[in-house]
Amino acid sequence: MADQAIGGAIATAPTRPRARGGTLRHGAIAGLLVGPATFLIFLLLIGPVIAVIGMSFTDYQLGETTLNFIGLDNYREMIESDVFWKSLANTLIYVAVVVPVSVFLGLGIALLIESCAIGKAFYRAVYFLPVMATLIAMAIVWSVVLNPDFGLLNLALRLFGIDGYNWLNDPGTALMTICGIGVWQALGFNMVLFMAGLGAIPRDLYDAAEIDGAASAFDRFRTVTWPLLGPVTMFVVVITGIRSFQVFDTVHVLTKGGPNKATEVLIYSVYAEGFEFFRSAYAATLVVVFLIFVMALTVIKARVIERRVHYG
Amino acid sequence: MTGVDIRSIDKHFGDTPVLRNVSLNVGEREFMTLVGPSGCGKSTLLRIIAGLESQNGGSIAIGDRTVDGIAPAERDVAMVFQSYALYPHLTVAENIAVPLRMRRLSFAGRLPVVGTAMPGGRALRKEIDRDVRDIAALLDISHLLDRKPGQLSGGQRQRVALGRAMVRRPKAFLMDEPLSNLDAKLRVHMRAEIAQLHRRLDTAFVYVTHDQAEAMTMSDRLAVMMDGEILQVASPDEIYRDPVDIRVAEFIGSPTINILPVDLRGDGAVSLFGHALPLIAETGYAGPARIGLRAEHLYLNETGDADLGGRIVHAENLGSEVLLHLDVAGCQAPIVARIAPERAAGIAVGDDIGLDVALEKALLFAADGQRLTAAPAPNRSLAAHG
Repeated sequence: MADQAIGGAIATAPTRPRARGGTLRHGAIAGLLVGPATFLIFLLLIGPVIAVIGMSFTDYQLGETTLNFIGLDNYREMIESDVFWKSLANTLIYVAVVVPVSVFLGLGIALLIESCAIGKAFYRAVYFLPVMATLIAMAIVWSVVLNPDFGLLNLALRLFGIDGYNWLNDPGTALMTICGIGVWQALGFNMVLFMAGLGAIPRDLYDAAEIDGAASAFDRFRTVTWPLLGPVTMFVVVITGIRSFQVFDTVHVLTKGGPNKATEVLIYSVYAEGFEFFRSAYAATLVVVFLIFVMALTVIKARVIERRVHYG
Repeated sequence: MTGVDIRSIDKHFGDTPVLRNVSLNVGEREFMTLVGPSGCGKSTLLRIIAGLESQNGGSIAIGDRTVDGIAPAERDVAMVFQSYALYPHLTVAENIAVPLRMRRLSFAGRLPVVGTAMPGGRALRKEIDRDVRDIAALLDISHLLDRKPGQLSGGQRQRVALGRAMVRRPKAFLMDEPLSNLDAKLRVHMRAEIAQLHRRLDTAFVYVTHDQAEAMTMSDRLAVMMDGEILQVASPDEIYRDPVDIRVAEFIGSPTINILPVDLRGDGAVSLFGHALPLIAETGYAGPARIGLRAEHLYLNETGDADLGGRIVHAENLGSEVLLHLDVAGCQAPIVARIAPERAAGIAVGDDIGLDVALEKALLFAADGQRLTAAPAPNRSLAAHG
């Protein structure tokens, strides 16, 4: 029927009323077909976002039956709050550490595994394990490893005559320790993406580069590997960036934002405000800030990746 | 001086031998084609010349310099790949410039921004730019210099790949099936163009193909390879007229040469299906042998005393000629004869016809495929028609 409508519209184009009727019918059918998906997108994705933005202008508290519109009060409170700025700064530090370290280590490990003659599958599986494991459970394991008295890490350091730290309870080391666990977790995922990207580079290009004069491995990396991994790298950076903004599990299990807010991060603040202090509206305000950052990353991805890094 | 000298190259992958004692000398200005079916080792040999693969035995010299163990970049060869292997992120101009940048600029000189600030950096870059433009003009791709490979057609990519190979004036060009990704018409066109390019560049070309038409039309000499060995090296004409091995005869020529079983007697007499052929083999060999007859060496004979007789099972009219496929008793494959269209006018599938054989052109092979010399018997007319 859709075919008939299209065909009719084209065939009778000079006679306008019928053509318009055909186009209208065509549009109606298209709308009908797109309808269910559009409805679900609004219900599950766009609707909640609008609700959160709306809620951030109210004084709603979890469990209450009434709410009042209070304009920008939540935002004013947020800007004046030291905890918010601390938590935003911690989140940005976390992203700034985890993204480059896990991307470059992931690439390095992918290159190393690719150059392995044997045991590729073994190394790939080992590095991918943290990605498959539940982070909450792994965080508990880390808490044991990092225990200042009987943790594996400090015991190992003691073998070399180094006094360990109280990793998670010292404000000087707590955030970096959380970053370390973040890198450990993101590494395998990035590595697998890079390995897929490396596998897609034609062998001929390396041969051509060698004949063209790229004598050293670094020259070949610069001429072929790095530029051809461009799309993958951009994707990995954006995905790791977005996931790092969402850091929560490790903080919740290991430090609860402490000591002295040293590991307070954005999503943990949202959780604490929303579900411990029941200040849902204020939590929604924090979520809006979070959304702005994630949206920015998504826009960068859409603009840069799709325009500049793809080769047709 | 020689272009490329290949001396007793051996190569095996694991336990599988790929090349066995291969020797070949390519002249300084020669267009040499390595031709053979897929898996015969021709591409491996090319990669060994380029240095992309190392041999297990033997030696390679390029321009009188032994290059064993020397990196591809230092061998002064250029290579064109079947896939073209253009860098997709670089423009056409940048692609062509890569070999020059790698050679003329230092590591720091190749860096963006810093490179132009290096002493002489600007002048070097200008020089490279000029060379790239010259090559582009030569190949008629000047208007494409700012495009990326993804925006080019197959033929244009092929030219860019040629440009990248030509730009630094290497001692030898290596080409690995460069035309097989093009459509049939463009392939014929590029065939002529590459042959012209060779005449202009006046450099050694080593060209790998499985297409015997390319091999025959472009080369000064061709090396027919099979099962990791070179069977024969000669000019296209000689390869066609005078093959030393039945595999060469079967590989070169379209339609494929007709092979018929014959019997050889110790005194040199040759008999086909029990009939004595007016042919004397110059050998003491006796036993089963084979005779090769090219399609154009068979002639229609309507008088009833033909050398061969059979029923037409298929006819292919190519306009300038007609290929008749004949079922001949005692032969498994049909015999193909090339007949002028006017002579084939009244002939239809299912007809019984007779064919005469130009026996002076017949090729005699021993059971192991080696070529045997044979001459027409002096009393040919008596034996054939008596």
